[in-house]
Amino acid sequence: MSTTATLDQGVAPPGGRVVSFRRRLRAGDEVAYLITLIAAGTIFLITALVFYEVFSQSALSRHKFGWSFLITSVWDPVAGTFGALPFIYGTVVTSILGLLVAVPEGIGSAIFLSEMAPPRLSNACTFLIELLAAVPSVIYGLLGIFILVPILERHVVPPLKSAFGWLPIFQGPFYGVSLFSAGIVLSIMIVPFIVSVSREVLLAVPRDQREASLALGASQWQTTWRVVVPNASSGIVGSIFLALARALGETMAVTMVIGNTPQIKASLLAPGDSIASVIANQFTEATGDLYLSALIELGLVLFGVTFVLNGLARILIIATSRKGAHS
Amino acid sequence: MATPQQQQILREPVIAPPEGAEVQKSHAEPKLHTKDLDFFYGNFQALHDISIRIAENKITAFIGPSGCGKSTFLRTMNRMNEALRNTRVQGEVLLDSQDLLSMDVNDVRRRVGMVFQKSNPFPKTIFENVAYGLRVNGIHRRAVIEDAVTKSLNRAALWNEVKDKLHKPASALSGGQQQRLCIARALAVNPEVLLLDEPCSALDPIATSKIEELLFEIKDTTTIVIVTHNMQQAARVADYTGFFLLGRLIEFDNTKTIFQNPSKKETEDYVTGRFG
Repeated sequence: MSTTATLDQGVAPPGGRVVSFRRRLRAGDEVAYLITLIAAGTIFLITALVFYEVFSQSALSRHKFGWSFLITSVWDPVAGTFGALPFIYGTVVTSILGLLVAVPEGIGSAIFLSEMAPPRLSNACTFLIELLAAVPSVIYGLLGIFILVPILERHVVPPLKSAFGWLPIFQGPFYGVSLFSAGIVLSIMIVPFIVSVSREVLLAVPRDQREASLALGASQWQTTWRVVVPNASSGIVGSIFLALARALGETMAVTMVIGNTPQIKASLLAPGDSIASVIANQFTEATGDLYLSALIELGLVLFGVTFVLNGLARILIIATSRKGAHS
Repeated sequence: MATPQQQQILREPVIAPPEGAEVQKSHAEPKLHTKDLDFFYGNFQALHDISIRIAENKITAFIGPSGCGKSTFLRTMNRMNEALRNTRVQGEVLLDSQDLLSMDVNDVRRRVGMVFQKSNPFPKTIFENVAYGLRVNGIHRRAVIEDAVTKSLNRAALWNEVKDKLHKPASALSGGQQQRLCIARALAVNPEVLLLDEPCSALDPIATSKIEELLFEIKDTTTIVIVTHNMQQAARVADYTGFFLLGRLIEFDNTKTIFQNPSKKETEDYVTGRFG
């Protein structure tokens, strides 16, 4: 006896239970709708609340400095003069440097793990990589100070300077703590996100796409590069955004290796500071309403920086993918 | 300079010699020839002792119930099974009397094209789908590619339907059009053999008949091997038909003989619908 028939006739059938179950299911639809709506709404609400709080709490600083807060470089709590530019610079430079290193590394290893490695090796490596994502950032900071910085000092920076010393970004002395070190530490921290998400989306590319390419005489690598990766590109891009967000907001590890010096130097080897790092360092010692308000305004600026960088990255991707469609 | 492979892709399709001469030739020297072919998925033996001679520029069909190994056998002929892990092949496969299993695999697959059960166009434009095989074989001259794309779409009887939207995504086409696009894509590299793995199983009768018509069109220049669930289809299109059962080639003969006067009881049971 089919359920639809009984419903159509509108009679209480021997299968009355079926009808009531359907009704409960329909009620379930409503419940599920409500629950998921609340879940989604909460996220929107939290974002709005954070923004509102940061905006209203920074009123004092915003009124005093106006837009010049964004473009002045003096950060002098004693004199009560605050400018955010060195922190914005440090945040943007370290994040971009981190991405420049992490994106090729991450996508490369994701391709190896999903396309070339034997499954057992791939799974073992992926487990380790996901473990890396769970390491607390303070540990990365310590590793940065005690291991990475000495390595950079001895083995990386000298050859870089001798090869590219004529570039302004590699000039000046290297004391260990620097934008460069912070960028490298960030790149190590964000690689796991890129690898694990990208590997998943690469593995999810249907087998028939690979076979279609192989059947035309394409090599394994041509298939990977021209079919599998483009198929997975939106997921890979997603992983990069996730990594960028993490890099922009990273506090502890960055503060331990960046040098905490609010200055803008063309050289990556010079110490600097980042928005998240200065907030963490100075929040407890912020005396006076203006100082506190300026730090909170930095939080607002970080919102803006994240927004702008994400937007730029999106535009870049749209632009390049359009070009790709024609070539 | 074009490599020999590229020259082969760009050559004009050779029209077959007159009927009599051709039959003689195909008897003497089959296009594809397997000898005692066994195939294993892990420990499971999927094919037993398959020996078959596939004639040049004819349509050969394989029929049989699901899981009988006909698709697996088809996929040994362009070594597509090598893309699967933990598989093993024993025996000989000859393409033009040369050992196919020891040739360069990419070369094999260029010479022996394949169309799959589910149409699988790339998420690219119609034009780029057809051009893909040329590009991966190192052919980049715009004029050459455009010419080949036009020809292939024509041969796949799709040109009139897509000529105004070559740069639209392939996903905008209907199911039958997508499958013909996949055929055009396979034809673009000028394969000597075209393997089709149940190409019409997801298509309606009209789309199916279009594909069957185009098979007749291209068989002058291409050896066609088609796996099908649909016995009427085999009867309609194939010159020769093979019946597979449980990993064995039970019978292989002229299509007419297979359907009207099979010599094995299993074949008769299957084609008369008493089994499978």
